[in-house]
Amino acid sequence: MTSDTSKPGAIPPPTMLQRVRDSDIWWSFTHSKSAMFAATVLAVLILAAVFAPFIAPQDPYDAAQLDMWKAELPPVWQEGGEWPFLLGTDTQGRDLLSAILYGTRISIVIGLASVALSLLIGMTAGLVAGFFGGMIDNILMRIGDITLSIPTILIAILVSTVVRQLLPADLREIGASAVLIFAISLSSWVQYARTVRAQTIVERNKEYVQAARLLKVPARRILAHHILPNTLTPVLVAATLNFGMAILTEATLSFLGIGMPPGQPSLGTLIRIGNQFLFSGSWWIVLFPVIQLCLLVVVVNLLGDWLRDVLNPKLR
Amino acid sequence: MTVMSIQKMPALSVDRLVKTFDVSAPWLNRLIERKPRQVLQAVNDITFHVPMGGCLSLVGESGCGKSTVARLVTGLYKPDTGDIRFAPGQDGKPLSAQMIFQDPYASLNPRWRVKNIIAEPLRELKLRNSKAEITERVEELLKTVGLSASDGEKFPHEFSGGQRQRISIARALAGEPRFLVCDEPTSALDVSVQAQVLNLMRRLQDEFGLTYLFISHDLSVVRHMSDRIAVMYLGRIVEEGDTEDLFAKPRHPYTQLLLETIPNVKHPHRDRVVAGGEVPSPLKPPSGCPFHPRCPIATARCSEEIPPVRTLASGTRVACHFVTEQ
Ligand SMILES: Nc1ncnc2c1ncn2[C@@H]1O[C@H](COP(=O)(O)OP(=O)(O)OP(=O)(O)O)[C@@H](O)[C@H]1O
Ligand code: SF4
Ligand SMILES: [Mg+2]
Repeated sequence: MTSDTSKPGAIPPPTMLQRVRDSDIWWSFTHSKSAMFAATVLAVLILAAVFAPFIAPQDPYDAAQLDMWKAELPPVWQEGGEWPFLLGTDTQGRDLLSAILYGTRISIVIGLASVALSLLIGMTAGLVAGFFGGMIDNILMRIGDITLSIPTILIAILVSTVVRQLLPADLREIGASAVLIFAISLSSWVQYARTVRAQTIVERNKEYVQAARLLKVPARRILAHHILPNTLTPVLVAATLNFGMAILTEATLSFLGIGMPPGQPSLGTLIRIGNQFLFSGSWWIVLFPVIQLCLLVVVVNLLGDWLRDVLNPKLR
Repeated sequence: MTVMSIQKMPALSVDRLVKTFDVSAPWLNRLIERKPRQVLQAVNDITFHVPMGGCLSLVGESGCGKSTVARLVTGLYKPDTGDIRFAPGQDGKPLSAQMIFQDPYASLNPRWRVKNIIAEPLRELKLRNSKAEITERVEELLKTVGLSASDGEKFPHEFSGGQRQRISIARALAGEPRFLVCDEPTSALDVSVQAQVLNLMRRLQDEFGLTYLFISHDLSVVRHMSDRIAVMYLGRIVEEGDTEDLFAKPRHPYTQLLLETIPNVKHPHRDRVVAGGEVPSPLKPPSGCPFHPRCPIATARCSEEIPPVRTLASGTRVACHFVTEQ
């Protein structure tokens, strides 16, 4: 038996590409200036960070490339500026543009990784709590309440202090990013858990889930195939906004000196280092990393806000 | 067991079924506000039998516990007390039941293609194994319910309410059930579409020898479907009898009230609000006969004594103090 779709005249099912092109999201994207602007800037920032080794004039981690004679050069358009140090150099003769590109890379990677980890923790907790309810729901959500009542920074400081004590000294530098990711995730999973739990409770009581339960589909598969895909929309919005938050938290921790070490500077580390020279006249060492950080977070948040408006039918 | 005794055995026997829901506030709130636990009697001592190959309909106003009975019967809820027994099928195991739901929008996963929705029972119950067999069976089922094979590629939102109900029916049939529980399958549909879906369901009943437990709040819908009708009020069955008997000679005052307010051509949507007062809350059911606050012939006895269920000579069962044989 052949399917009807192979008969002449039958309309073939739309391809993935067609479905994207015909979707509401794509339409509203192409009709929103701020979304297109934010997406473009974000794409440029991400591409520049990904391809930093090819674009950057210098490898800022390679001490051999640093020249103490070129320390604290101002940006090229200033008196005393020098090529190729477009945005000037820091006190060790490190090219600031290169440091920013590499720093953005670290910030983005840590941001993405901590969003991924907190999504994993939060969505699992939310699905389990919402689907099974009762005692397990109570326990998970009370843990969430407690987590939320402790400031993120405090959790991060606690985690990083504890882990640092546990890690042998030679692993601390390498482990710094892992500690950050863990600390940020630990403080931001609750939002996902709550969102997913609320959505799970709604979906669980819908009749298509009951139809699956009538077939004795195991809970694991009901969660993965039916409920999880239907909770993704609100999670996507939260994840985008939290990506911006995660980058900021990382920057804050690094600024406070409990994040990325000066050997592997993130944007926050660069700002911390530069901050010490703010009043010595070398303003560029702190200003440009700050601008980059703001730009990154602003475009991510713009995209997140746009997504929230598009995906929330109540706001339309 | 002989063929004869299987034929005579009811497909489904439900015996003294009780289901309560704990709707109390969380314990901390209860503690602070000093409120007691609150228990809702959704289904209260219900007994009925569905004849093999027949159709029994449950009728009653919104909130009287019809869906709860459906979910108890299919095993989605556990009863507090009482028995639910399906007759054994040819393989000796109890008849398998599937369900068709009230809301055509919530009953299909919006993110699944129709072919996958219908294939789910085939896969889960391992009724077909190879991909080709599944595809073939899905197309066959789509045609059985009056859709075309190419509809399988579409998503639920591309269909009207009536078509979605057909998809739900196809999914239910995919599980190869002998018994179908239909929870108001047409109440969300336009009147013109209702008839088509009901006719489809009757045709399928004959074609596959199905037994139906059919639920509706609408007596006129039920009349065309059922062999027997059970009228529910506040979690209890107040009258149960053969369809034509019940229409010709309603015994219980509540059945009479329902029949008087049957929606007709002039007032097709006059259904859910029945004249003669509000339905009491199932949280605080009235004492004695649950219908007494609305009953036109109620006496003092009615508010004190729960009327027992009596079986009349015609086979009609009725729970009212003042119903006599005539
Ligand atoms: N899961 C539940 N938890 C608490 N109360 C419930 C639950 N399910 C049903 N109820 C309550 O039980 C009573 C009977 O509900 P049920 O859904 O069975 O009524 P129904 O006759 O199907 O009504 P409708 O015609 O509106 O579908 C209602 O008062 C309802 O609020
Ligand atoms: S028992 Fe009394 S209140 Fe109940 S239906 Fe009969 S007459 Fe009416
Ligand atoms: Mg119902």
